[in-house]
Amino acid sequence: MTNELDIFVGNTTLIDEDVYRLWLDGYSVSDAVARRVRSGILEQTGATAAVLQSDTMDHYRTFHMLERLLHAPPKLLHQLIFQIPPSRQALLIERYYAFDEAFVREVLGKKLSKGTKKDLDDISTKTGITLKSCRRQFDNFKRVFKVVEEMRGSLVDNIQQHFLLSDRLSRDYAAIVFFANNRFETGKKKLQYLSFGDFAFCAELMIQNWTLGAVGEAPTNPDSQVDDMDVDLDKEFLQDLKELKVLVADKDLLDLHKSLVCTALRGKLSVFSEMEANFKPPASGAEDRTPRIPAPQNLSRGLVNVAAKLIHNKDVRDLFVDLIEKFVEPCRSDHWPLNDVRLFLNQYSASVHSLDGFRHQTLWDRYMGTLRGCLLRLYHD
Amino acid sequence: MPGKLKVKIVAGRHLPVMDRASDLTDAFVEVKFGNTTFKTDVYLKSLNPQWNSEWFKFEVDDEDLQDEPLQITVLDHDTYSANDAIGKVYIDIDPLLYSEAATVISGWFPIYDTIHGIRGEINVIVKVDLFNDLNRFRQSSCGVKFFCTTSIPKCYRAVIIHGFVEELVVNEDPEYQWIDRIRTPRASNEARQRLISLMSGELQRKIGLKVLEMRGNAVVGYLQCFDLEGESGLVVRAIGTACTLDKLSSPAAFLPACNSPSKEMKESPLVHPPSLGCRSTQNSPIHTATGSRLTQNFSVSVPTLIYTGMGSGSAGKEGGPFKALLRQQTQSALEQREFPFFTLTAFPPGFLVHVGGVVSARSVKLLDRIHNPDEPETRDAWWAEIRQEIKSHAKALGCHAVVGYSESTSICEEVCILSASGTAAVLNPRFLQDGTVEGCLEQRLEENLPVGCGFCHIPYDELNMPFPAHLTYCYNCRKQKVPDVLFTTIDLPTDAAVVGKGCLIQARLCRLKKKAQAEANATAISNLLPFMEYEVHTQLMNKLKLKGMNALFGLRIQITVGENMLMGLASATGVYLAALPTPGGIQIAGKTPNDGSYEQHISHMQKKINDTIAKNKELYEINPPEISEEVIGSPIPEPRQRSRLLRSQSESSDEVIELDLSHGKKDAFVLEIDDTDAMEDVHSLLTDVPPPSGFYSCNTEIMPGINNWTSEIQMFTSVRVIRLSSLNLTNQALNKNFNDLCENLLKSLYFKLRSMIPCCLCHVNFTVSLPEDELIQVTVTAVAITFDKNQALQTIKTHVEKSLQRASTDNEELLQFPLELCSDSLPPHPFPPAKEHLESASSNSGIPAAQRATSVDYSSFADRCSSWIELIKLKAQTIRRGSIKTTVTVEKASPVAEGNFRNRSAPPCANSTVGVVKMTPLSFIPGAKITKYLGIINMFFIRETTSLREEGGVSGFLHAFIAEVFAMVRAHVAALGGNAVVSYIMKQCVFMENPNKNQAQCLINVSGDAVVFVRESDLEVISTQQPTANCQPLCTGGEVTT
Repeated sequence: MTNELDIFVGNTTLIDEDVYRLWLDGYSVSDAVARRVRSGILEQTGATAAVLQSDTMDHYRTFHMLERLLHAPPKLLHQLIFQIPPSRQALLIERYYAFDEAFVREVLGKKLSKGTKKDLDDISTKTGITLKSCRRQFDNFKRVFKVVEEMRGSLVDNIQQHFLLSDRLSRDYAAIVFFANNRFETGKKKLQYLSFGDFAFCAELMIQNWTLGAVGEAPTNPDSQVDDMDVDLDKEFLQDLKELKVLVADKDLLDLHKSLVCTALRGKLSVFSEMEANFKPPASGAEDRTPRIPAPQNLSRGLVNVAAKLIHNKDVRDLFVDLIEKFVEPCRSDHWPLNDVRLFLNQYSASVHSLDGFRHQTLWDRYMGTLRGCLLRLYHD
Repeated sequence: MPGKLKVKIVAGRHLPVMDRASDLTDAFVEVKFGNTTFKTDVYLKSLNPQWNSEWFKFEVDDEDLQDEPLQITVLDHDTYSANDAIGKVYIDIDPLLYSEAATVISGWFPIYDTIHGIRGEINVIVKVDLFNDLNRFRQSSCGVKFFCTTSIPKCYRAVIIHGFVEELVVNEDPEYQWIDRIRTPRASNEARQRLISLMSGELQRKIGLKVLEMRGNAVVGYLQCFDLEGESGLVVRAIGTACTLDKLSSPAAFLPACNSPSKEMKESPLVHPPSLGCRSTQNSPIHTATGSRLTQNFSVSVPTLIYTGMGSGSAGKEGGPFKALLRQQTQSALEQREFPFFTLTAFPPGFLVHVGGVVSARSVKLLDRIHNPDEPETRDAWWAEIRQEIKSHAKALGCHAVVGYSESTSICEEVCILSASGTAAVLNPRFLQDGTVEGCLEQRLEENLPVGCGFCHIPYDELNMPFPAHLTYCYNCRKQKVPDVLFTTIDLPTDAAVVGKGCLIQARLCRLKKKAQAEANATAISNLLPFMEYEVHTQLMNKLKLKGMNALFGLRIQITVGENMLMGLASATGVYLAALPTPGGIQIAGKTPNDGSYEQHISHMQKKINDTIAKNKELYEINPPEISEEVIGSPIPEPRQRSRLLRSQSESSDEVIELDLSHGKKDAFVLEIDDTDAMEDVHSLLTDVPPPSGFYSCNTEIMPGINNWTSEIQMFTSVRVIRLSSLNLTNQALNKNFNDLCENLLKSLYFKLRSMIPCCLCHVNFTVSLPEDELIQVTVTAVAITFDKNQALQTIKTHVEKSLQRASTDNEELLQFPLELCSDSLPPHPFPPAKEHLESASSNSGIPAAQRATSVDYSSFADRCSSWIELIKLKAQTIRRGSIKTTVTVEKASPVAEGNFRNRSAPPCANSTVGVVKMTPLSFIPGAKITKYLGIINMFFIRETTSLREEGGVSGFLHAFIAEVFAMVRAHVAALGGNAVVSYIMKQCVFMENPNKNQAQCLINVSGDAVVFVRESDLEVISTQQPTANCQPLCTGGEVTT
């Protein structure tokens, strides 16, 4: 006796959260049944394995039918085939678009193309996430990316509107889209210690301050005709950043800046001497060629150089690598406590306002304001 | 002549991509009614076209309005080749044809294609302007209301229940026409859908005409079925109960619209004397002596070939004066009716006087081609024959009417089994005659019968019983005789005194049959039928006793015929009726008493059975108050004890002797184990697993012993098909497979719905079919309803109290109260204070403590005046069930308030544009009140696929199809302005597959009543806000929950 056909259809579509999770995690029906058996559900309910099998199949079939609608969540709200209470609809969508930290770290900043999709096998092996789940997550990223890529207006709002995600998840997707679009390198070994949350934090700051959308809302340029876009960095701004170079190129300015910072921080920093030593390179020595290993970088030069290079796409991609190499690593090797880093960065950005010869105060604030936030977030073990 | 149909096509959405190049669609719409077609403009390059068309107007006869469906076809425009069809929407405009129902149909309808399923949605507005037609010879029956509900609909009152109406239309099945060989499957499916739609329209119109002839204005318990006879044609048949209904909310419309007032005035005085006479004879001592009975109230018959029925119907003529009078009276009322049948399963209080038992008849027929569709005489004659037989069975049981009547067929190739069954009953003539004046008369009659046990009293002649049976005096009133077991096809009367809870009881049976042709086949089947009936009956009896119960309600026996087997499935709800005696246990007897080990085995089995009975009694809380001590110890009560008990109650010694005689036969049910078959039977008895704790199940409307439903409901359909291994099929293996199939299915349901615990599966409806040689298909539709556990305990307590009180009630009190009551003369609302009291209690339903307090309160009230309480309790129950009787203030809610309220209830789905539509096979919605019936929903769909694997195999295909059917039902209800379907039923689900060709086809037929309901808690708010608002015909436009 075999079950040829076995279905259950409710007027209100039944959704079992546990089974949904198993389905999202990409388990096959038999794996899902095995996992459910292990969860002790049979003992709790007195059901048999056959019942569980039939139940799991039913749910899987339902989810499979719902998947098409989940690809465009507003459709799920308007469709007539499945009667699902709104709270359940929200849960279905939110869970479908949720992603694994391990997975997103692998894909973040990569081009969401077929090429990357081919690598999903390796990612699956590496992370232990099933290939099916990897595909779903990847396709979600790509789908969201495609929809909002060319859209005007706030990136987060667009995502929220077209995918009906929660605020938090929308922000995360905004970061993913932003990273994918600018192709920031996040996979280098040096960057492995950083979590998705760290990057998402930085992405949000950059979206708020460095993109075209940010300009559009800026009071300085209210009638701007430029595209109100959150996805692309403001090219003009990147171009302007070259002007900051004067801070390290003009020796007087550099010395003045250093003394301002040192005066303000004297006695407040536990790593004052290191700071002082690192602020700029030996007066006459060739840059970056100090005999000591690890080479203590010139912090200020590093930060300004990062700014100056951002006009090149390649350097934009390496932004995080540069930040780690030029700032985080030197500080870390000197064992700066986080609080000292904060004090230093605050003072470092603020003192520029007292430099009489420096004309790019606004530019500096737009750059440093964001970078300070990012660096503080990135500065951890 | 008299009708203008207006249609406007507003917009489409989510259309499929029809042009691969642009990923868009150039859609336009054809609107067709009868032979007239209109077209909209082509809306270029959009998946969400906004046609916003003009009003398309069709001027048509009302006859056509009733028969024809409105057909809307969405197409993709193609300049160079033929336009591609996207899909269709059929809209039944019948609900717009009667004044009280919907006034407009407006909303989003799924666009359905028989090959691709639902493909987007279309927004349509439909209106009808009807002109009055005074033509006497008209063929239309506009204005007759149809209800699937098998009880008087909640916001109506039955003025007269006229009786049985039936009609049948036949046609050639397009699927079997020669043209089908050259047309596409889509064209063929659409031809079929359209034909069936037309035929059901015609059928409904014809039934309507019959109702008008009978001077009724509505059909209740309307059941329409299709017989797909294959080569020989397509039969659409319907039965129902014609009534004259009166809408409760409109106090002016006291008289039915179709009856002339003068006639009523003339006839009404005639009604009084007999009613009074009826009351007085009831109390006469002679009456008590004239009982009679029936227990195996089952009549089997295969009229064409063999007849194994019972007496010729001469029984029961010798009844006492009361009975004679009652019979005379009702017979006169029923005489002019060819068939005194009623498709109702629940009745107005006082309608049902006595219940005889189940009557059924089956007939095996060979199908032949229907030559002339306009004269479906053969089929008519077949049914007439069966009905005649049912009628004579009922007569043999001393009954003049059959209630809970239904008909069904099972077809396999050219053999067809026609079945009819119902419950023989004696009815109160009051509802059956024209011109009855309602009022205090009703109250009097109600009280006249012993509440809660009257229907159990035997209607037939004790000395001339159709079956050997055991009679006892009613355990409730001690006055009249009752059978030891009662089987019925109706719902449990609301006033019945029940102990404990009920449960679903099923008998399942398979019989192998040799493959044969034509007459040989029919003979083989009809030879098997009586044995199957007998075995099904035995199984039901055994299982009932095993549950420790003594009555079955909602009994439905389905016999399905296949190529090489017959299947029997009987479902019913077992109940312990306080009026009937405690059932005896089951005793096992071996064939070789000398064999020691065998004996041991037998006694082991016996012990197991006794344990099961004891366990079941505990599970279903069956502890009848009177003789509880005796029962607990031994499941088989000794005859002595019972007779002693009876003697103390009875006045005449003659009767006791009579009873003692019957005790000879009354011993516990004995199962003789004389072969392996019998052993199997006993085993299978014990394999039925009770539902997990927190679950109850029944196949009736309401679960006896639970009446504090909370509002969560989940209707579902589950389908299972198993393939039997064809090797060495034996009856036993078959039985086991079938039994496992049903049990596993139930287990799956319990598991799936576990989050709703505590809950009850109500109206569990199993349908078996045998689509192919080795396939068995079981389809289940039911509704799970949650209930409040704490309150459940409370009601049980009151129930027990109630029966205790009743037992101790002095008879004289019972006699006097009715008189007092009618002198009170408070016709519509005899107990306003009590009513308010109860209403306020139910408003606090969230707080069990408040509820408990009120019931305590009224049981003390009951001590002083025990027959008052019966009445109040009766009312209380009706209130709880959302019935209409006592809540007139609530009815007066203005349409504005109703509309407002609906908006207020919307917030949970505020961000979704799709309103929730509830579906339930029950006639009510727990915790809510039905304020309006919008019309009948009767839909027929065909779905076919040639890419079965791609659609997820058979399961994926059917799962999607059923979900789509639900969606289309909901969409139609929403477009009518409703928010629920009640009395929903899936009448047919015919599934055929051909996996080798990667094909499958399925036909589904569903029906129900579209309604507007309002939550009870919200109603109170409205009624306090607007207590005096008048009830006008509501404007549906404002009501649509979108």
